[in-house]
Amino acid sequence: MTNYSLRELEEWNKQIEKLVRAAGLDCYEQHFEICSYEDMLCYEAYLGMPSRYPHWSFGKAYERQKSFYQKNLVGLPYELVINSDPCIAYLMQDNTLLTQILTMAHVYGHNDFFKNNRLFKRDTRASMEVDMFKSHANRIREYIQDPSIGPEKVERILNAAHGLKFQTRRHGEIKEPDSIECSEEGKEVIPLGLQEDLLAFLAEKGNLVDWERDLIHIVRKEALYFIPQLETKIMNEGWASYWHYQLLNELHLPQGLHLEFLKRHNLVICPHLGRINPYFVGFKIFEHLAKQPGGLEKIMAIRSEDRDHSFIRRHLNQELCSELHLFSYGIQGDNIVVTEVSNEDGWKKVRDDLANSVGLGSIPIVSPLSIEKGTLVLEHIYDNRELDLKYAQETLKYVVDLWGGKVELRTTLYNAPTVIYCNEEKVITTHG
Amino acid sequence: MAIFKDKDLSHSDRSAWDRKRHRQLVEDSIKKNLGDIIAEESIIGQSKDKKIKIPIRGIKEYQFIYGTNTGGTGSGSGAEEKGQVIGKNSSPDESGSGQASSGSGEEIYETEITLEELIDYLFEDLQLPDMERKKFFQIELEYKFKRSGFQLKGTQPRLNKKRTTIEKLKRKQMIQRDQENQEVEETPKRIPFHENDLRYSRLKEELHKQSNAIILCIMDTSGSMDQTKKYLARSFYFLLYQFIRWKYEHVEVAFIAHTTVAQEVNEEDFFHRGEAGGTYISSGYAKALEIIDQRYNPTVWNIYTFHCSDGDNWSEDNDKAVCLLEQLCAISNLFGYAEINTNRMYGSSMAKQYDKFLSLDNFVMVTMNSKEDIWAAFKKFLNRDVAPGGNS
Repeated sequence: MTNYSLRELEEWNKQIEKLVRAAGLDCYEQHFEICSYEDMLCYEAYLGMPSRYPHWSFGKAYERQKSFYQKNLVGLPYELVINSDPCIAYLMQDNTLLTQILTMAHVYGHNDFFKNNRLFKRDTRASMEVDMFKSHANRIREYIQDPSIGPEKVERILNAAHGLKFQTRRHGEIKEPDSIECSEEGKEVIPLGLQEDLLAFLAEKGNLVDWERDLIHIVRKEALYFIPQLETKIMNEGWASYWHYQLLNELHLPQGLHLEFLKRHNLVICPHLGRINPYFVGFKIFEHLAKQPGGLEKIMAIRSEDRDHSFIRRHLNQELCSELHLFSYGIQGDNIVVTEVSNEDGWKKVRDDLANSVGLGSIPIVSPLSIEKGTLVLEHIYDNRELDLKYAQETLKYVVDLWGGKVELRTTLYNAPTVIYCNEEKVITTHG
Repeated sequence: MAIFKDKDLSHSDRSAWDRKRHRQLVEDSIKKNLGDIIAEESIIGQSKDKKIKIPIRGIKEYQFIYGTNTGGTGSGSGAEEKGQVIGKNSSPDESGSGQASSGSGEEIYETEITLEELIDYLFEDLQLPDMERKKFFQIELEYKFKRSGFQLKGTQPRLNKKRTTIEKLKRKQMIQRDQENQEVEETPKRIPFHENDLRYSRLKEELHKQSNAIILCIMDTSGSMDQTKKYLARSFYFLLYQFIRWKYEHVEVAFIAHTTVAQEVNEEDFFHRGEAGGTYISSGYAKALEIIDQRYNPTVWNIYTFHCSDGDNWSEDNDKAVCLLEQLCAISNLFGYAEINTNRMYGSSMAKQYDKFLSLDNFVMVTMNSKEDIWAAFKKFLNRDVAPGGNS
């Protein structure tokens, strides 16, 4: 640590915690771990989990982040916080004292959000998550060490399951899968509970052995843990930024630290030209809402009930849209062209475009449709956004790996219905 | 009250295994794309320090994603107007080098490595310590480099395991001493290797007495050898040159192009000048013998003769070719014949004529059909007792 001691941090934390309680935030017990630059890179690659199963994609994530930092393409995060009870947050040792104070306050915002937001309450169990990841890691290591299985076979299934990890239940409760019913002409219907859950369908009905099914279930469960974070990125960062701003203003920082705080805060919430900075958009919306009559109560209710899609639909009004200079763009030929701006006529379209592209809205939906003579038929739910053909073809091969037979995908390319077909030998044909 | 935990010194380098596996996948992909990487390099006269840029297609993690023709939302300056063009939509595959394209998931890393490092990686695969015992290397070798000390950075093949273990033990002792002093009860159960423990052998150039080698590259440049076939031959010769230069002080290369007559040519012409006409393989061999006789005395020079052809010889020449080949084998350290057969057609292949040489220790024959075969063919040339002699 640089020019401050752990004791000092504890003192500041005591004051922050007092303010957190006074503000009415409702947090899990908080744990802070000081870590080095290398550790931070590691935690980032493994998405914060102290224990994770081995797979090369985490090694790739590490190398990638490292080379990006070294080339100054991105900055290191000041912190990383995971949804667990107790809530674990890592603070980087090289941060300045002010950065640590700001980060701690920010972490309490996330902590409260994890504990109170509907999606997290419904889909994750904070007190058991760290253990779940650990037991997944242990199970996969056992498969790898099992002489009758080994690392290659495990990797093959993990590669395929990773490729489909977000093709799973997006929201709502799980229904018990029914058995496949045969209808006329050997065409089989997909059981109700699996119709919107390709990954669970494959784990259930694919031509697999038990340990392979288990691997898919593991990947799926971990994806389900991360989905609430994807679905609330703007809200969660906005909420944490809103609170670090409030709390630090109330902390009576010495002038030097206060100036550094304002500078740092402005860096965190500055707009990214041509893109969406979730800290910026989320902070501005919460700040705006808090100023309304009954503001505090209102934002508390919103952080409990909404996800990014509904948050933007309900609370991003015309005033905010134009203050944030939001615009929509489309692709025309080789050009990126502004299609709508936040004026009186356009702002609703801009708002809806944003709402539809956040969280899982950025990931296409591909669902099992039927089974025809052993061929699994998939359907891409087309919403005027087309699939990347190359990626779709390669991902289809993963489906073949798990299904254990032929697979076809029905989609729309260049405004025309298209079928991509992949046989057992991984030969792809595409019919427009 | 929140709990604070200070930095854990014994933290293992937990990503090491996954990084190693990723690195391995990347290296596999380099080897697979070797043809592409080296085909553009000129074969001789390159400094070993020359940096080659290798675009490493990030080992991709395919998912269903939206295509690049999908729009989006962004924050602007407020000056944007409907219909305004704000940028170019470059598809990530063409978006040039060195940049990580954002969003689409398509990733291209570019690694810059020196020629020497590339060769290092490639030759690691050949398991050289085993090879040195083979007949191929029974001539006296003079090593150009000598190990001298250690350094913190280096390539995997130069990792010094003993030194690395010593560093780890030193760190372990340090941690344990720290803990005794601070009267901490808990000693970490195991102390795994950390990146900072790694030590690599430093190599120092050492002058030894000279050892000489001559590589005679013979290639059929008749009409039937099209650009694709020459491309394969070129990639193959590149590896060969690098390898032989790696072993010897002084390496010379001679290029012999032949149709029905043979000619010694420069590198540029060798690969780029196409000639029409038929094929007398014997003319190339005769030229090689002539050059050896005039300039490279076999008692002083280690002679490596390699012939790339599509095997399409005029049949009246076959007997003469076989006879001259016999003479070349007698004076060469190694004679290699690579048949390039891009359309996998069986024609009047020379390979059958050469069957009887397969029993010789210094004759190797391979076939190459596509660029994926280059590395395998090269390995077979140099690591020949894996599959003794035969044509695959």
